Amino acid sequence: MPNFIMSYLGSTVTPGEAGNQFWALIYVLIIFAGVSVAVICMNWIERKALAHFQVRLGPMRVGPHGLLQPIADALKLMLKEDIIPSEADQFVFWVAPLIGLLAAFTVYTVIPFGPSQAVSDMNIGILFMLGVSSLGVLGIVVAGWASNSHYPLIGALRSSAQMVSYEVAMGLAVVSAILMTSLNASGTGTLSMIGIVQAQQQQGVWFIFKFFPLGLIAFVIFAIAMVAETNRAPFDMAEAESELTAGYHTEYSGLRWSLFMLAEYAAMIAVSSIAVTLWLGGWMRPFPNLLNAPAWDFIFSLFPGLTFLGLAAIAFVGTARMPADSFFKIQRIGLAVFAALLGFIALLLLAIAVAGRFADASVGARFRDGIDYIYWFVLKVAVFMYLFIWYRATWPRYRFDQLMKIGWKVMLPISLGVLVVTAIVGVIVS
Amino acid sequence: MVPITTLHYLVVAAALFVLGVIGVLTRRNVVIVLMSIELILNAVNLNLVAFSRMWGNLHGQLFAIFIVVDAAAEAAVGLGILIAFFRNRETINVDEIDLLKW
Amino acid sequence: MNPVMNSALNSGMAPVATPFFFYMLAGLAVIGGVLVITRRNAVHSALALIVTLLAVAGLYLMLYAPFVAGVQIIVYAGGIMVLFLFVIMLVNIERSSKERRFNRMWPVGLAAACALLALFVSAFAKGKALFPDRMMTLPESSNTQQIATMLYGEAGRMGQYTFAFEIASLLLLVAILGAVIMTKKKI
Repeated sequence: MPNFIMSYLGSTVTPGEAGNQFWALIYVLIIFAGVSVAVICMNWIERKALAHFQVRLGPMRVGPHGLLQPIADALKLMLKEDIIPSEADQFVFWVAPLIGLLAAFTVYTVIPFGPSQAVSDMNIGILFMLGVSSLGVLGIVVAGWASNSHYPLIGALRSSAQMVSYEVAMGLAVVSAILMTSLNASGTGTLSMIGIVQAQQQQGVWFIFKFFPLGLIAFVIFAIAMVAETNRAPFDMAEAESELTAGYHTEYSGLRWSLFMLAEYAAMIAVSSIAVTLWLGGWMRPFPNLLNAPAWDFIFSLFPGLTFLGLAAIAFVGTARMPADSFFKIQRIGLAVFAALLGFIALLLLAIAVAGRFADASVGARFRDGIDYIYWFVLKVAVFMYLFIWYRATWPRYRFDQLMKIGWKVMLPISLGVLVVTAIVGVIVS
Repeated sequence: MVPITTLHYLVVAAALFVLGVIGVLTRRNVVIVLMSIELILNAVNLNLVAFSRMWGNLHGQLFAIFIVVDAAAEAAVGLGILIAFFRNRETINVDEIDLLKW
Repeated sequence: MNPVMNSALNSGMAPVATPFFFYMLAGLAVIGGVLVITRRNAVHSALALIVTLLAVAGLYLMLYAPFVAGVQIIVYAGGIMVLFLFVIMLVNIERSSKERRFNRMWPVGLAAACALLALFVSAFAKGKALFPDRMMTLPESSNTQQIATMLYGEAGRMGQYTFAFEIASLLLLVAILGAVIMTKKKI
């Protein structure tokens, strides 16, 4: 069996394609853990960033700079009483959060973190992603209905109308990007997520810059629609707290509520991954074709380590700036340990980068490349996650009729027009 | 274990078809009648795709896609009629939809 | 086991534990179907139907039809079922939970359906020899491209189904207009 496990390491395809169930399972577990950790980090960053946008401090008490706050929150949510309203439909109430969670996490099977760093490469990848992520709306609708209460029902109706409407514009924007993958010698495009990124690699351009400004417009349409798809501000009518208390999850509490939150953040990461894959070159580092000398490869492979070094430096500055009071002693030690941990990871990554420079094309080099790919992919997704927070802090909420009007009367015609023009330009060019 | 052949898929499709027919013929709620029609269409699709694999060509899959298009149109129009009717009569039971003129 | 299946299993691309997954998905589909027609509550029926649809999508994947499976998920489960749930919530009436589930003619309907089932069973039993005991392995990786070629044609020629495809788009347009006109109080 070790042979079975080791034989995959030198392979250049995804475990799903290689038929290696062991590594597919390992990848699934890594992604599941990674997304959960990312959601926890996102929770902390969102609270801190929103607080700083509003000139507040945000969580400061649990751990240094509130770093342990998400863990405390999670504990609290797990220990809280799990209330099921007596008039609610018990079974549906119970199953609704699971639908959303399953839909949000199933999507990750096809997200390409690298040319072989994905669970599987389906040849209907993007179709699968759009389809499964659209199942998330079922969870919301059913949750609103099962609560047997007015605000959740209104929230669920709003959200289903909103998500179905914006899916159309989103789908058309995606189609115009898929169309661009077919502009090669053979004239056949692809729906596979890995294939889409490879098409961008072959054509030497991220699709956001392809046929400027067509790719950019399609990307902007998608970027707006994906905020609406995930029910985030400024399109969060479904859970508008000033109008509907909390929308579809008003009646939920404790663990079930946290499952909804987990699903929402996982869905945010998933749609950001679609945007990154389709328009921003997926796992590719900046300028892979222009600056393709081995020296450049080496310089760019230092970035993961340098990023962690930067984070460690910030943490160290934070430690130094803590008030020199005995009250903060434990917090100072904690932050220093955290900074040291980040620094250690940074050194490890730098060591791998340097070692990979002098290693031949072996398992070690593949490992180094894998870290590179995942780093650039995650960095691009992280930018989107920050944008989500930024939107939330900056823009006022839309009115529902305005939202539907924008979806059907502005975004849909524009995305259709972009699709048609992209097709025409593509025919002329090829 | 017996290898799965086309006949296995046909049996599943037949079961779904019969269930759909029972639903259409016996239920009163129009929404569930429409859902039963979706069941029937799915059974047909399953047959077509199974035959497509049996003969090794894609015509069956194309027919299945066209049927999905039809199902979408049918659901939209059917539910539209249902809402219009509900607005007038305050009921969605098939056996109460018995007036020739309103 | 016939030679075609054998070669498929040896090529390494074949799905594992095929009979197990087939029986699981088939069981899910049929159980979902039974629940659709027996539940009193329309929302429960809709959830059961979603289970059936997803199971059928899984069966499509086993039949080497990934594109149809994707269409099934995105159009049926993500689109049509949301529409159904939406309408159920719009017309949700309290009294429907206390009324009779089945109409007065239900014995007749059930008898007719049983006759249909008997017809199916006899057809399958008698025609078992007619269905060749073979399963082609379709090229899964180019499935979407082949479907596209048949739909749109290639290199300037019309495909076999291009006309039907355009008609289907017309059908959808008519359906959209019909639904809007019927449901809107004032155009």
